Amino acid sequence: MEILDRVKKIIADQLGVDEDEVVPEASFIDDLGADSLDIVELIMAFEEEFDLEIPDEDAEKIKTVQDVIDYIKNHTS
Amino acid sequence: MDLSGKACIVTGGSRGIGRSISIKLARSGAVVVVNYKTNEKSALEVVAEIESLGGTAMAYRADVADYNQAAKMVEDVYQKYGRIDVLVNNAGITRDALILRMTEKDWDDVINTNLKGLYNTTKSVVKYMVKQRGGKIINISSVAGIYGNAGQANYAAAKAGIIGFTKALAKELGSRGITVNAVAPGFIKTDMTSAMIQKTSEDVIAEKIALKRLGEPEDVANLVAFLASDESSYITGQIIAIDGGLTL
Repeated sequence: MEILDRVKKIIADQLGVDEDEVVPEASFIDDLGADSLDIVELIMAFEEEFDLEIPDEDAEKIKTVQDVIDYIKNHTS
Repeated sequence: MDLSGKACIVTGGSRGIGRSISIKLARSGAVVVVNYKTNEKSALEVVAEIESLGGTAMAYRADVADYNQAAKMVEDVYQKYGRIDVLVNNAGITRDALILRMTEKDWDDVINTNLKGLYNTTKSVVKYMVKQRGGKIINISSVAGIYGNAGQANYAAAKAGIIGFTKALAKELGSRGITVNAVAPGFIKTDMTSAMIQKTSEDVIAEKIALKRLGEPEDVANLVAFLASDESSYITGQIIAIDGGLTL
């Protein structure tokens, strides 16, 4: 599965939103209704799915779906 | 109190108040993990007693002061039961001394088990409770943490720390249906208090208590069972003293 599809599925499951709403420019907090705990859970889910360690200082910069996709692309081989 | 099917971890569950909590939760239908650090015999006796009452329990050795051991225990319990509904942070030790005589080790040992132990177990459990969208965390504090007690600066500091921890987590986790409460026992008849009771006679202590008697571990266990049940689901961030009116 493409990174985008895997990311979309995780976000839709976690936030209880439709996968169609999970567009690249969507902000987790402003557009998808995430709270701070959701963000932490999402980060943990991405770490698990893509076998990554996302340090806090990087996690803080992740605001949108595109941010996640870029981060995963840059940190996986 | 109906706790049928709930998976519970009781740290320090083999002796004293923890033993009574383990048995009470199991009698109410819960599956109980009786955590212990050193006394395997006592832990196995608690499990045997629970099984003789028709309940389900297992003993699990882990030092909660050690992050890796605590995390491994939580993970193993989750793998085995597929959920963790209740965490009772009960494990605690005393190393009483007046501050002038208190060693750094006395201080560190008590803080590491009684306070850092809560971080170790709770951090691991919350990961699963957040996913489950629910859970009950019950921390055993002490009236010493509210009012202080001469000769127990380390213990009182740890028990007061538990109160702040409880309130902060209640706010942090409320949106996920997780309640976090603390109980603060007064004089309860256990091995931990028996030395103190030998020094000062029981009658002298009882005189200071409104109910004129020391508490039984079962008194605390009954409150913990209530806080573990769905019947207490609108109570969170509270510190409930159970001391017979000692601190009135």
